Amino acid sequence: MHYARAGMGRLVRGQALVAKDGFSARYDLDRVRGVFSRPEHKLAGQSFLGRVLVLDAAKGGVATAWMLHEMTARGIMPAALVLNAVNPIMVQGAALADFTMISGFDLDITAAIPDGALVEVDPGERPCIRVLA
Amino acid sequence: MRAGAFGPLRQWAIEHQIKVGSYLGAADFVPVSQAHIMADTESLGEAGVAWLEGWTRLPPDQRRVRIPTISDPRGTDFAAAARLKQQPWMLEREQRAIAVFEALGVLMTDTCINYQTIMPPVRGEHVAYGDTGVVIYSNSVCGARSNFEGGPSALGAGLTGRTPRYGFHLDAHRRATLLVRVGFSPRELDEWGALGGIVGRLAGDYWQVPAVVGVDRVPTSDEMKHFGAALASYGSVALFHMVGITPEAQRLEDVASPTMHTRDVGEADIRAFQQSYTRDIGAVDVVVFSAPQLSLIEMRQLADLLDGRHATIPLLAVTSPQVKPDADRLGLTARIEAAGGTVLAGMCFYQSYAREVREANGWQRLATNSAKLTNILGGYGYRPVLMSMAVCVETACAGGRIGP
Repeated sequence: MHYARAGMGRLVRGQALVAKDGFSARYDLDRVRGVFSRPEHKLAGQSFLGRVLVLDAAKGGVATAWMLHEMTARGIMPAALVLNAVNPIMVQGAALADFTMISGFDLDITAAIPDGALVEVDPGERPCIRVLA
Repeated sequence: MRAGAFGPLRQWAIEHQIKVGSYLGAADFVPVSQAHIMADTESLGEAGVAWLEGWTRLPPDQRRVRIPTISDPRGTDFAAAARLKQQPWMLEREQRAIAVFEALGVLMTDTCINYQTIMPPVRGEHVAYGDTGVVIYSNSVCGARSNFEGGPSALGAGLTGRTPRYGFHLDAHRRATLLVRVGFSPRELDEWGALGGIVGRLAGDYWQVPAVVGVDRVPTSDEMKHFGAALASYGSVALFHMVGITPEAQRLEDVASPTMHTRDVGEADIRAFQQSYTRDIGAVDVVVFSAPQLSLIEMRQLADLLDGRHATIPLLAVTSPQVKPDADRLGLTARIEAAGGTVLAGMCFYQSYAREVREANGWQRLATNSAKLTNILGGYGYRPVLMSMAVCVETACAGGRIGP
């Protein structure tokens, strides 16, 4: 179990999609097809639908603050976002979309969670991520 | 406000701000004098526009912003939408969003260069700005205090007149975490953008504050604009210091922190950054000057470069609604368009359904002098090339072939 410094949203389970890379809905995603689309991204070409994204840092501009809400409305969404470092835009976007996110660890969370593992993200009193299988 | 005495919209706004502020460790709120809302309809989507429209049914005293609140670029220039092959549904959605923001009392300035054209903030002024380029320029060059305020939070700040006090509203977060020693002072705007991109990658995340030393002259506003926009784009960075130049860093000791680490950046790094985008591309389909919108000075530079020439592939120059009338009056728009260019106002290229525009026009390879634009457009299916404004113009006039 790895504890985060902050969290919001509700408890979710899903398969982890892990990379030591950043996250921005505008820069990195094809939000129509539900895949990472920026060629330089380590997850380029991979689907994010229903996955718990475990990534390094929030990147890019301010659009994600609206885009998480827009993606949620269409059901083209990851299950949760787990980041070493957030920026305010991710927090604002998650707040509007009622999306599950936790961030801030004492270790590099992208090195601690195996890609493809079944994980549980609990944003409650003590936000954390657990590897279930 | 939390109890709903000022209506449900202000109640939503304060609850949203408390949720965000709690996550980010804000102890209280700080009053802000201005807000700036980014809300292009590609980002909003149908869901966002419909959500906003719901609030317009409230009486004016419950729905109108309390402080001067301005808008970031829209998703189109209605006068030129057909030339971009934008679809009617995009324009209809834009019109609905504009009607919403007007009903909320937002001044539709449609600009990401408000610090050059509307009202630059002053040192120490707390604001709630919502475009990364606007925030980093205002924080760094003007000495103002803002975090990245995405559309919902900027709207919240406009409605409540305050924002959670965290991040760059606090002295503690404004000290440098990274010292960058620059061995080469850029000359062209794309070089300033390349330097910003390099420093952004070195910085890594929002909470890092680079202090740059070694720049051999005071950069112009446009140079700071491109440097800051790229730094914010590549690094999600919201504040930099340029020692001896920006207002909070007259001396390195003014901003240095004990844990600050040092990196060197030279001309070879800037050339490698540029070449990383040009590799294996011999020609382009379109040239775009945007992100940030062009100042009047950039418009004149472009008109001068195009005089007596003719662009034989599409060449788009995107400026603000405040610059455009001056560009018209001074003959710059006519000179650019006489040479085959298209001048667009009030929009930004990447905020204007860039993927659909690419598909409709058959564009893939795109030349620009904006490092910020090169960073964004890869995800939209473009192959961006970063070159100087002069080389971009040469390329446009050579049928897209990158010479020599």
